[in-house]
Amino acid sequence: MRRYMIIGAGVAGLTAAEVIRRNDPSGEVTLVNDDPHGHYSRPGLGYYLNRTVPERQLFHRSAREIRELRLNYVYGRADALSLDSHRVILQDGRRLAYDRLLLATGARATPPDFPGSELNGLVKLDTLEDARHILKLVRRARPAVVIGGGITALELVEGLHAHGMCVHYFLRGDRFWAKLLDETESRLVEGRLAAEGIRLHYRTQIARALGKRGNLDAVETQADEVIPCRVLGVAMGVCPKTELAQEAGLATDRGVLVNEYLETSAADVFAAGDVAQVRDSCTGQHVVETLWPTARKHGELAGANMAGTRTAYVRELSFNVARVAGLITSMIGSVECGRDPAVLTVTRGGNASRSADMGEISRVRILVGERAIVGALVMGDQALSRPLEHMIRAQADVSSIRPALLRDPEAGVDLIARFYLEEVAH
Amino acid sequence: MGNSRISSSILQAYIARAGLHVVPDAKRCMQCGICSFNCPMHIDVRFYARHGLPNLDSRCLTCGECVARCPRGTLRFERTGPVGKD
Repeated sequence: MRRYMIIGAGVAGLTAAEVIRRNDPSGEVTLVNDDPHGHYSRPGLGYYLNRTVPERQLFHRSAREIRELRLNYVYGRADALSLDSHRVILQDGRRLAYDRLLLATGARATPPDFPGSELNGLVKLDTLEDARHILKLVRRARPAVVIGGGITALELVEGLHAHGMCVHYFLRGDRFWAKLLDETESRLVEGRLAAEGIRLHYRTQIARALGKRGNLDAVETQADEVIPCRVLGVAMGVCPKTELAQEAGLATDRGVLVNEYLETSAADVFAAGDVAQVRDSCTGQHVVETLWPTARKHGELAGANMAGTRTAYVRELSFNVARVAGLITSMIGSVECGRDPAVLTVTRGGNASRSADMGEISRVRILVGERAIVGALVMGDQALSRPLEHMIRAQADVSSIRPALLRDPEAGVDLIARFYLEEVAH
Repeated sequence: MGNSRISSSILQAYIARAGLHVVPDAKRCMQCGICSFNCPMHIDVRFYARHGLPNLDSRCLTCGECVARCPRGTLRFERTGPVGKD
């Protein structure tokens, strides 16, 4: 009977446990987890914080489903690995033996580096405990500050706002999420936030957090402006939790380095999810992805490979969906702007000032390569999202309509939609 | 008068959806549970979304709450055959 051990009960760890149980019904599966709340939907935390769902809704496996996995569930922190003796040493001194080990420890919010970051009132949104902590601090009409440029920062902004706080949102640059959005899209998001009453501060960074008796009461910006606040939300990216692997001498870089079978540099030790830096078999580069669907995919593969199959991870088309300032936003393939001069950009919509009803706004941006569509962003109405995803995945040859797209970029999105219906759909 | 007009328009919407089922795109789903929470019939829509299965629960009213509320555009109405195929 093989002994499997999984450290971490995020989506990678739990998925691996499910796959192992399916492939090896008699194996012994131990799940070591230091989160007192067990397994829950991390992406759901933003919706819990902004009061869209109650806490119990975050638990997406029923007690029965968990029971049926017949896991040996260990609540505790893994402190060290003894690779030679195949053992995990817990903080309380327990030593647990494994035949196959999976590191699925995830990632944490990058800690702030400015003075005062130890003050009460600085918050992050990694875990359910973090969300509960924020909910204890929120007070109607009191000021709050959020820093960071991505989805988690927006979840903090919207969560604090939903509880009536006056939210100041600091952006490091000139616009929101410049890495992925074009200017129209950034302005669209910023306009919607401003209309909700969020105060945006451009080119603003924190010099220090100020407080009295250990409690935060203001931040000072690098331009010497002092803004009072009771809560400071920090979402400046994430760091994979590699300590355990590093101390055991496994090969690490930003994350734990694994090959396409999700094997680390040590025998019988695998890594999956946000902690893993996986070799991309096409480019040979190791990549940390820190996305929920990727983590689930890693978990599936790591579980199967631990249980005896040998399947390589193939990095799929990049695909992410998020609600950005109330707009469902799908990002399919490569949507970064202006990277390749040979790529033609076709857009429609997104002009906030032209639309009376904010709910009606939708934006489509399609990046057309020489032969095929390489990426698309669809904000708001998702009608075109599925056709575009299909064409990008299939690398449908659109070179026949490229001249028409060049001639009349205004009609470009319609041309592509018609091309899909006539040439690709059936 | 006003009420009967509203109910007839709701009826129209139901008639238009006859034979439709709520179908998920599993890779969009992040298991946040907004769909299950808002289902007036207490169907665990999220379960179907996770497994990529059409919601064939006979209690489903096709009211569209889950479709409209999903923050990631996971759910849509689709006409499915008796075994859940097109």
